[in-house]
Order: sequence, then C-alpha cells, then structure tokens
Amino acid sequence: MILSQVQKIGHNTLDLVARLGRSGIFLWRVMPTLPGVLLRPGVLIEQLYTAGVKMLLIIIVSGLFVGMVLALQVGDIANKSTISVIVVLSLLRELGPVVVAILFAALVGTKFMADIILTDTGLPKELVAPRLIAGLIAVPLLAVIFSAVGVIGANLVVVSILGLDAGTFWIQAQSNVDLIDDLGNGVIKSLVFGFIVAWIAVFTGYDSNHDAEEMGQAATRTVVYSSIAVLGLDFILTALMFGE
Amino acid sequence: MNIRVQELLVGLFVIAGLAAIFMLAVSVSNLSIYHLGDRYTIKARFDNVGGLKKHAMVTASGVPVGHVVDIQYNSKGYEALVTMSIDTQYDKFPVDTAASVLTSSLLGDQYIGLEPGAEEMYLTSGDEIDITQSALILEHIIGQFLYSKADE
Repeated sequence: MILSQVQKIGHNTLDLVARLGRSGIFLWRVMPTLPGVLLRPGVLIEQLYTAGVKMLLIIIVSGLFVGMVLALQVGDIANKSTISVIVVLSLLRELGPVVVAILFAALVGTKFMADIILTDTGLPKELVAPRLIAGLIAVPLLAVIFSAVGVIGANLVVVSILGLDAGTFWIQAQSNVDLIDDLGNGVIKSLVFGFIVAWIAVFTGYDSNHDAEEMGQAATRTVVYSSIAVLGLDFILTALMFGE
Repeated sequence: MNIRVQELLVGLFVIAGLAAIFMLAVSVSNLSIYHLGDRYTIKARFDNVGGLKKHAMVTASGVPVGHVVDIQYNSKGYEALVTMSIDTQYDKFPVDTAASVLTSSLLGDQYIGLEPGAEEMYLTSGDEIDITQSALILEHIIGQFLYSKADE
C-alpha cells in the first residue's frame, strides 16, 4: 500500500522532470520565430488586446485596493513619515511584478493555453510567438500601472484617513526610492515573469491532449506552475538584485 | 471586434503603461539625481562617515549642489573615501574647502555640507578635499558627556 504511494511520488517526479525538459525543447524550437512577430504586428496587437487591454480594469482595481490596504497596515506599525517609502518600495519591487504576474497567469495564461490546446497537434508556431511577445510587453506595463495606481491609493489613505501631510509623503519617497535600483529592477522582474508565464501557458496547451476534457486540468496546471515559477523566480531575482 | 478599435485600445494601453512609468519616476523616485547636466567628481576622506549613504545630498550653504556617488573603506589609511558628483555650474570651490558630514534634522538623514575656504585656486574634477569633519557619533557624544560628568 505504502509502496505504491512512494512509487506514485517517484512517477510524478519523473513526469515533472520530463515535462520540464519538453518545455525547454519547446522554447528552443519556438525561439527563431520570435523576431518574425515584429513583421506581423496585426497578430501581436490582437494578443496584446487580450493580454493588456482586457486586464486593465482588474489591474487598476486591485492596484488601488492593494495600495490603500498597504498604507493602512504600514501606517499602523511604522513611523508615520516612512509610510510612503515602505509602500512605494513594496509596490515597485514586489507586489506590482508578482501580483500582476499571478493574475496574468490566471486570466490570460489560461486563455493562451486554451487557444493552443484547441488547435491540432504539431507545433503551432504562428500562435505561440505572438503570445510570448505579448506576455513580455503586457506584464511590465500592467505592473507599473498597478504600482502607480497603488501609490495614488496609498496617498489617498495617508492624507484622508490617516490625516498626514501630503508633502511629506512624496518627499520621503523621492529621497529613498531609486529610479534604477527600485523601479528599474521591478520592471526587469516583470519582463521575466511575463515571458515565463506566457511560455508556461502556451507550452501547457501544446503538451496536453488536444481535447475538451483535458482543458480543466490543463488550466489548473497552467495557473499552478505559473504561480510557483513566479514566486520561486521572485525569490531568486530578489536575492540577486536586493541581497547583500 | 473592429480591427481599428482594437488597435486604438492597444495603443491606449501602451500609452497608459508608459504614463504610469513616467508618473512613478517623477513623483516617487530620485529622478533629480540622474540629471543630464554635466558633473565633475571630488573626493574626500573621513575618519567616520556615520550614516552617510550613497546618493546622499552634497550641499553648500544649505543648497543642494551634488550627491554622493560612492563610499569606500580604505584599509591602508583606515578611513572612508567618499566620492561626490557636483554639478558643473558650481565650479568655484576653493582648494581649501571643508567637507563635513552633517545630519538633516534631529536623528535624520546624513549629508555632506561644503564650506568654501579662502584660496584662489579652485577644485577641479578628480581633486580631493583635505579639510574634513567626520560625523558626530551619538555613542561618542554620550560617552564624552558621561566622562565629563564623572569628572565633576
């Protein structure tokens, strides 16, 4: 009984490793087609509509609430004058890139996966490349919009609810937030996350049985693998960028 | 969906993203440090820089004239070597200018204040300021205070 459970773990692990390998080979085969996307902007724009425009509303709403909640919580613990610094750095360095990437995986990743899974078997190069580029472009843009709206929300809370000085809010942030080290690194993270999430999405679609039954499981896999990848990479990138 | 409308919306999306980056850069980042104006470099050695950090302000008469670019420890002289980047429009600092590490408010951020001397020759890029005053370290002051109290 126990032996079969252990066997199952072994089987699943090998399965995961094999999947990882296949995803690498998949990317390798798709890479050469990426520059070609720039010659066919129409397809890219179509994907950017799904990847970006349709995400705007939820990104703005989430960003606003996250910024406001962060201001309230930080305001409760920390020195009042440092609220803006903590909130802005949290948004730019972490929350913007990570939250947006996970939402992207759930909303757009599953759509990309579905697009691929419903096509015939074989490598659908014309479908994959625009989606990868769209992820690369859309996620950073969405992440900065999320952060910007979050900062505005935090400012609103700090000034209206906490009753603090608006001037201090902006000045403290300006003295302690670095353009390249903070904003820049956040954008780099988003670029990485955007590409990885799009890649996991299209690969999961390609790697599954191309029938409707598989859809549910493939969608779950897309979101789970994307989330773990994003959080894991976030740790690695953070350690590299902001560690000692 | 009409292609024109789709293209328009994607264009607006990209513009919104760029606007967000611009808004963040201008309102909450230290954009002013990255100015495109010409700068020149000056160094100074301190026994103790206290809490001075990279990107700290360098002022003269209280007016920002530059910022700290690098702080290194020189183990040969057992001192800190601070490199400052000054805006070239402020190019008339005499060679006997003094640099002190000051604190911006009670227990606030530290910065460097420059006090011009009386010489006629001016500092140029790569020069070093000889007259420096290190940061006041709270523990040393408390120690001195207690010591002088004990003396009484």
